[in-house]
Amino acid sequence: MAAASATTATPPPGVTGWFANQVANVGEFAMRRVAGIGDVAIFSLKTLGWIFARRQRRDVLLPAFYQIGVLSLPVVALTGLFIGMVLAVQSYAQFKALGLETRLGSVINLSLVRELGPVLAATMLAGRVGSAMAAELGTMRVTEQIDALESMGANPIYYLVVPRFLGCLVLIPTLTIMADFMGVLGGYLYSNVLLGIDYHHYWNNSREYVDAFDFLMGIFKSFFFGAAIALVSCHHGFHCDHGAEGVGRSATNAFVHSFVMILVLDLFLGIWLNNVHDFFRPEGPRKLL
Amino acid sequence: MQATATHKPIHREHPESPMLEIDDVSVQFGSQPVLRNISLTIPAGETLVILGESGCGKTVLLKTLIGLVRPTRGEVRFEGQSLSRMTERQLATIRTRYGFVFQGAALFDSLTIADNIAFPLREHTRIGEREIAEIVESLLLEVGLPRSAARKKPVQLSGGMRKRAGLARALALDPPLVLYDEPTTGLDPIMSDVINELILRVRAREGVTSIVVTHDMQTARKVADRIIMLYPLPRLDAGESQIVFEGTPEELDSTRDPRIRQFVEGRAGARLTELQDEQARLSEESP
Repeated sequence: MAAASATTATPPPGVTGWFANQVANVGEFAMRRVAGIGDVAIFSLKTLGWIFARRQRRDVLLPAFYQIGVLSLPVVALTGLFIGMVLAVQSYAQFKALGLETRLGSVINLSLVRELGPVLAATMLAGRVGSAMAAELGTMRVTEQIDALESMGANPIYYLVVPRFLGCLVLIPTLTIMADFMGVLGGYLYSNVLLGIDYHHYWNNSREYVDAFDFLMGIFKSFFFGAAIALVSCHHGFHCDHGAEGVGRSATNAFVHSFVMILVLDLFLGIWLNNVHDFFRPEGPRKLL
Repeated sequence: MQATATHKPIHREHPESPMLEIDDVSVQFGSQPVLRNISLTIPAGETLVILGESGCGKTVLLKTLIGLVRPTRGEVRFEGQSLSRMTERQLATIRTRYGFVFQGAALFDSLTIADNIAFPLREHTRIGEREIAEIVESLLLEVGLPRSAARKKPVQLSGGMRKRAGLARALALDPPLVLYDEPTTGLDPIMSDVINELILRVRAREGVTSIVVTHDMQTARKVADRIIMLYPLPRLDAGESQIVFEGTPEELDSTRDPRIRQFVEGRAGARLTELQDEQARLSEESP
């Protein structure tokens, strides 16, 4: 150790030393971030590789699907219902001032199926499913269960990540359909029962302005949200620090980073899908008002 | 062990090579060196005990032997085959010839004890479920667990029972090499001796090589053919070997090296003041 400490470079004193330290800190931060992104990319590629490398086991897939899909159903349904109702509450005053309250259905349902349904359902699932996956895998890392899998010649990505990834990829879009349905229902119930908007005009306007592309656009995005939640959360779980604090931190980071990914993906997929829409329908979107 | 007679028999693919060779292995995590120039040869059938105080790198060495930790320098050879040069798939195959008993047992929380023990059999063999159930039962019997434990989840068992279930899982594929990480830590003296007896019983299986990492002197004296003692790197001089002792249990008891005597006799000695000095230095450094 004496030899090691003798070779350690000491920073120059004064302002130069302080400046050199700051540059070194920025460099180290950048290196860590780049290495982190590379690590997530390799992790994702390994996961994709294991989907096709070996047939998935029913006894491993079903519990993951149950956890992600069935147990999330109530909370996603509730989220969807309230999004629909809140949209009706917030839009009503403006539409009424213009005398266009019968058009409420078009704006509620359009914003619901294109944006709010998929994004808020994914956000809710990043909290419920993503954090839980990160905490579960983190605990397995800390208690050496992941090492135990490896020591028995089993691949932890195949056993632990692939089922969760497939669960999120398949079930988050399915849950988004549920959120959309409940949102449409919530918006209608609030508009019709509490605001007294005629149901015929409400549905007629909705049908006129919301088409299959809008609905499919939201579902298409949710596939990416599902994949991002699974990969980010499982990666955080796999690289969890020791102790209860480490597990807690990995669960929190899994949610925060999944949420950021959802927002970034939503923006870029939104831009791209609008271009796709314009390509097939050069006349542009129909005017709501 | 009637049912285990149906197992793949213990055999050595390269009987002419030692079971394990550790060739000039160093491990470093970031800027922190943990192991330095470790070289060892472990012949088949031997029980090697690795002693050392907490944080000296014993567990890291054990995990390096199975490829869970990749050495920064040097290589580990299992029956003459270098682990460093293997692909992930080859490494997975070779690991079926190891049994690893983890410090906290590392049983899968979501599975029952029976499913935990059956896991390597389902993963690597085509044995039918009925035969797997028979093997699980015989392994439970071998480690002294009641049949009723099979249906329980790991959280429903005591620490000692979990350790024994972990041992049963490690033995499921009849491995020729079994690694034990702190097998008696956290157990009462009686349960510690039960585990020691089980280690001896496993050794009695034909050709089984055992490597036991521990700081329990009773375990070391009872099970070891050979003992090595690792010393923490920060307290060693630059050129000094990290293995400060290598010999039989009798030689360990008669050694005069004060570092080894202190460990064997369990005395705080100068370590107490060293720790206080270190604490004082750290508090001086922090603003």
